[in-house]
Amino acid sequence: MAFALTPEREKEVDELLTHYPNTRAALIPVLWICQRQHGWISPEVIAWVAARLSLSTAIVKGVVTFYTMFFQEPVGEHVIWVCRTLSCDLRGAKAIQEHLEEKLGCHAGHTSKDGKFTILKAECLAACGQAPMVQIDDAYYENLTLEKLDAIIEGYRSGEPPAPADYQLAATTRTMPTPPAPEPEPEPEATLEGEA
Amino acid sequence: MADFKPLLSSRYDLEDSHTLAVAEKAGAYKVARKALMTMKPEQIREEVKKASLRGRGGAGFPAGVKWGFLNPQAGEDVYLVINGDESEPGTFKDRTIMNGDPHRLIEGMIITCWAIGAHTAYIYVRGELSHSIAYLDQALEEARAKGYVGDRPFGKPFPIHIYTHSGAGAYICGEETALLNSLEGRRGEPRLKPPFPAIKGAFDQPTIVNNVETIASVPDIVEMGGEAWCNLSRLAPRDGGQRLYGISGHVKKPGVYEAPVGITMRELIYEYGGGMLHDDRPLKGVIPGGSSTPVLRPDLTIDAKDEEHPLHAWHGQSEIDVPMGVDTYRAMGTMLGTCCAIVMDSSVNMVEVARNLMRFYRHESCGQCTPCREGGAWLVDVLTEICAGRGKVEDVHRIVDISNNMMGNTICAFGEGTAMPMLGLVQKYREEFVEAAEKGVPLDVRHDASTLELVRPGGRAA
Ligand SMILES: Cc1cc2nc3c(=O)[nH]c(=O)nc-3n(C[C@H](O)[C@H](O)[C@H](O)COP(=O)(O)O)c2cc1C
Ligand code: FES
Repeated sequence: MAFALTPEREKEVDELLTHYPNTRAALIPVLWICQRQHGWISPEVIAWVAARLSLSTAIVKGVVTFYTMFFQEPVGEHVIWVCRTLSCDLRGAKAIQEHLEEKLGCHAGHTSKDGKFTILKAECLAACGQAPMVQIDDAYYENLTLEKLDAIIEGYRSGEPPAPADYQLAATTRTMPTPPAPEPEPEPEATLEGEA
Repeated sequence: MADFKPLLSSRYDLEDSHTLAVAEKAGAYKVARKALMTMKPEQIREEVKKASLRGRGGAGFPAGVKWGFLNPQAGEDVYLVINGDESEPGTFKDRTIMNGDPHRLIEGMIITCWAIGAHTAYIYVRGELSHSIAYLDQALEEARAKGYVGDRPFGKPFPIHIYTHSGAGAYICGEETALLNSLEGRRGEPRLKPPFPAIKGAFDQPTIVNNVETIASVPDIVEMGGEAWCNLSRLAPRDGGQRLYGISGHVKKPGVYEAPVGITMRELIYEYGGGMLHDDRPLKGVIPGGSSTPVLRPDLTIDAKDEEHPLHAWHGQSEIDVPMGVDTYRAMGTMLGTCCAIVMDSSVNMVEVARNLMRFYRHESCGQCTPCREGGAWLVDVLTEICAGRGKVEDVHRIVDISNNMMGNTICAFGEGTAMPMLGLVQKYREEFVEAAEKGVPLDVRHDASTLELVRPGGRAA
């Protein structure tokens, strides 16, 4: 099915184009807007972006495949990135990953059967002093223990995610972009990365 | 702990420090107004030169000197690009500025744009930090509404437009030319240098790329005067000012701390970091400034008998007693990098550490250069075999050999960034690598086993 942005998001694109001396520079931000709407970068999204920015689909695809945050397959309703780089590993990140895998019934790189969660391994997410940590969609959850993690997952399951405990700015109101409304039917156990 | 006044982090603890109202009440934009209204660009550049502000992004290049490389030709537009990629493992300091005091960065950018003649500036932030981008966008909105950013900043007919630009998950985009490609909507592959960005950077125009913390330091430099700011450092005049130190891993109080340039790693760990996490597990090693910097081993001492040696003053002392500076650390055979340390206690096995880090580099290589793309993957393979108890002693030589063949053979410094920490680990903990190659990594020093207690119920008071 052909893809198109909602009129409000189209306006965002128009505004973005004023930031740069050429249209190509808007490519990555425009892909972000599309992923926020569509949940992943489908071939239809690539075709739409290419036409919108007067680029070839090959150029758009080349960029999409370079960056790990652009999903080339549908993902679960929420994506959980588990940081497994050194500072986090020194403070128990492996246990965090294994606990999640057991709890959600799928390995990293896969989506839970109910389509709610995709677990992915991440490289250092710039929260090393608050290790171990996970990123769920746009939010960081830091200084984790298995108990805290359970509470966070329950929160997402019940549709009321806990406020991310931003270690020093917890009190501030965050003006976050609304998280993507994932419309595509999530494919259970879709492999995203060969990496186990 | 040293006696000093926090500058960069002075507003962090104020409630709603990220808002313009709070930041301005605490002094924000005062210096930018003064700089634009009363100072000439040359004057500002001169102060930054006198400040000996060494780049905070990893390489430690003096910012004032870098700005001096600009030589725009008629018809060229100068760009300022802020590196907020913050992807070097172990590094989490720029995020505190972007979230906790975004107006300090914006003020620094306004002053810098005026000083280098740039009308457009971008803040490139890694995609994962979407909350930092939200803070910055909100701060920019406020600054535009006040007329501090826009066509006539503080009424001056010198347009300054500032935009954020999000990455999308790629460590290599922290390398300045890869960052520029990513800004231009391309794959984040580093460019050949020369031409350097100051001659041909963003959109083929002269461009200055600086780290978030580097530019956030500019308002204080202009306010205090370059020399006075420089002298805050214990390593003045070559390496000036105050900076943010990060500390993570096995310490009681991991976090970001501001201190003068030139405190020692011992101070950072035992005073700022609160000491080792477990009192019965002593310090085994510390990666000083992000994962690309070779490890320090506290029981190794400085050998600098020669009076001419830059480290002569610390002859016979532990590696962790040398002041943390760009030049002192280089003389020690490591690098200060991003000044964010990863502390490891005696429960850690260095072969596993190497494997963890090399997996990172394998995953993040952009793939343009064969030594980097293949070398990183090969190192992971060899280390995996060793960790699994299938290694041979020759494998330790092979690790050294592969690393040596990566050094200096790649377009950007990613190759060195992979090989240097690898070589550092093998050189300083050779016995551990040899033992592991002969017998495998003993179970009780696998950090996945020794850290489980930290996250288990009743484990760590969090
Ligand atoms: C592989 C690689 C990754 C880098 N990552 C970062 C980064 O995340 N943030 C940063 O500020 N500089 C990073 N740098 C350094 C930049 O290339 C550049 O030197 C720096 O942004 C210049 O700013 P400064 O002089 O203010 O430090 C990286 C360099 C390399 C080779
Ligand atoms: S190592 Fe996990 S956030 Fe840096």
